[in-house]
Amino acid sequence: MLRVRDLTVRFQTGEASFSAVDRISFDLGHGEALGLIGESGSGKTTVALSLLRLLPSGAQVSGRVELSGEDLLGLGPDALNRIRGRRIAMVFHDPLAALNPVLRIGTQISEAVRAHQSVDRRGARTMTLELLRAVGLTANDADRYAHELSGGMRQRALIAMSVACRPEILVADEPTSALDAIVQAGILDLLRGLREERGVSILLATHDLGTAARLCTRIAVLYAGRIVESARTTELLASPRHPYTLGLLRSLPPPLGSSGPVRLQPIAGSAPPPWERPGGCRFRNRCPRAQDDCAKREPELIEIDGRGLACFHPVDAP
Amino acid sequence: MNAPLLQVEDLCVHRGGVRVLDRVSFALGAGETLGIVGASGSGKSTLARAVLRLLEPADGRVRWRGRDFLALSGRELRAARREMQIVFQDPATSLDPRMTVFSILAEPLVVHRLERSHALEERILALLREVDLGPEVLHRHPHELSGGQAQRVALARALAPSPALLVADEALSAVDVSIQAQMANLFGKLRHSASLACLFISHDLRFTAVLCDRIAVLSRGAIVELAEAASLVRAPRHDVTRALIAAARESEVQRR
Ligand SMILES: Nc1ncnc2c1ncn2[C@@H]1O[C@H](COP(=O)(O)OP(=O)(O)OP(=O)(O)O)[C@@H](O)[C@H]1O
Ligand SMILES: Nc1ncnc2c1ncn2[C@@H]1O[C@H](COP(=O)(O)OP(=O)(O)OP(=O)(O)O)[C@@H](O)[C@H]1O
Ligand SMILES: [Mg+2]
Ligand SMILES: [Mg+2]
Repeated sequence: MLRVRDLTVRFQTGEASFSAVDRISFDLGHGEALGLIGESGSGKTTVALSLLRLLPSGAQVSGRVELSGEDLLGLGPDALNRIRGRRIAMVFHDPLAALNPVLRIGTQISEAVRAHQSVDRRGARTMTLELLRAVGLTANDADRYAHELSGGMRQRALIAMSVACRPEILVADEPTSALDAIVQAGILDLLRGLREERGVSILLATHDLGTAARLCTRIAVLYAGRIVESARTTELLASPRHPYTLGLLRSLPPPLGSSGPVRLQPIAGSAPPPWERPGGCRFRNRCPRAQDDCAKREPELIEIDGRGLACFHPVDAP
Repeated sequence: MNAPLLQVEDLCVHRGGVRVLDRVSFALGAGETLGIVGASGSGKSTLARAVLRLLEPADGRVRWRGRDFLALSGRELRAARREMQIVFQDPATSLDPRMTVFSILAEPLVVHRLERSHALEERILALLREVDLGPEVLHRHPHELSGGQAQRVALARALAPSPALLVADEALSAVDVSIQAQMANLFGKLRHSASLACLFISHDLRFTAVLCDRIAVLSRGAIVELAEAASLVRAPRHDVTRALIAAARESEVQRR
């Protein structure tokens, strides 16, 4: 349904020009949920924004983004507007910027419902209240303005609004990272329901493996603008092959209530800024398995049996 | 025993005509880390803002180093404010979009006249190092930073005036797991520096449990349980606490 090929995004800051996203390819099938996970700065948001050409004008985008065979990167503004919201909807982690400050929450959602479906005002109101209930908000909240809601409530209002547009594809950038665990579970259930019952495809950008693991059928791991590993979720978690994926799993906080050392095990160092990426494998200077050859060439993503891996010295399969 | 650094007594806050904080009381000792957990909308951010007087409470008292903080004004208020710093939930909106990282970090140092100009850049680079950022971000604007980078700049800004109290409102929620682990270790390090107390607000009980001395559970604006972190997780007494623990367990990654 969504086919992304060799997507590359370059930014210009001051003198320097760098690629934030570098030759990324993936497919998102009907009713599938793909998790794009990776560290801060790995390019998740840039990928999400580039799909609908929402990047600032200075960004140079190349490659192909095909929706049912049509290349979105070549579309004019009108054609693009017909796709935004209607076929592909977005949920971002900055809900205050995405909500209209002078309209009540319920009014905004009702307008979205009516823009995308032929229902009258009353019908739209009923659907709005149902949507709000599904994300754990009440009829009272419908009459409030965005600034009157807590951070988590705003995020849920935004999710309700995106769902109101009945998109075929939902692109969600950290949709639950500001929410408490109880609400998070509710939202993930809602998104899972959309996928399973209505066949909505979901592209989830998140740093949180836990969230991706609960919602996504497949996971692609991004590092410094490239996909370094991709696999079905269960396989990726059970046997991570890329040292970076393993590092991410080991960074997670210990299970609640476990005693023992409190220091967590982050991956050494931090992701390099785009213009300071090492030659060869981009991860090599943080990688415990790196050897001489990792500096010489950049490993390409090689796909075998539905698993992709870009590493010369992968972690042994168990 | 230490006199508490911060003492909150029967604090009530109304927003939009509704009581969203209901007689909240707790004390925080110098160097102590108190976790505040609770569902979305339970009043955590409201509590953070009310403690810092960014919101006027309807009732109750806040004592800072034994003095009535709500009655301070002028120079005394500014001096107390410098000692209390906050890191907000949303890094994208908490940094001034027109300023570079350099000026964002220079401002608190210059405003409080903490640094002479030739030492300024060094001090700023040291602050960035403390939050694992390098000199390459110095001349960038907030929109040129990723979410996690922006959050670390916000933390560096809060640490700039060497505060006695750091209020962290969901400081880990927008950063990735590896940086989360690094930040958690950073908060762990700050926690053991006797000079910095912390109100650590988070919806993620897993981090609160490992980073805090005590944890207060907030529900509908009231503290329903306050206990030492390990015993709260081991033997929760309130239903809300139990629900938060169950949800946290569910969000753990099952690797099998
Ligand atoms: N408008 C921009 N101009 C210049 N550089 C940018 C811009 N937007 C993002 N970048 C840079 O591009 C890289 C990728 O950023 P992006 O926001 O996509 O990362 P991310 O994976 O979403 O990170 P996070 O988890 O922190 O949100 C980073 O190095 C970032 O600093
Ligand atoms: N400006 C406002 N006007 C009216 N009500 C408000 C305002 N800001 C917050 N509230 C209400 O106060 C209550 C507490 O909000 P607060 O932001 O403190 O919650 P929170 O615990 O920080 O939630 P979250 O985890 O989602 O950030 C909520 O019911 C919210 O709707
Ligand atoms: Mg992002
Ligand atoms: Mg909050």
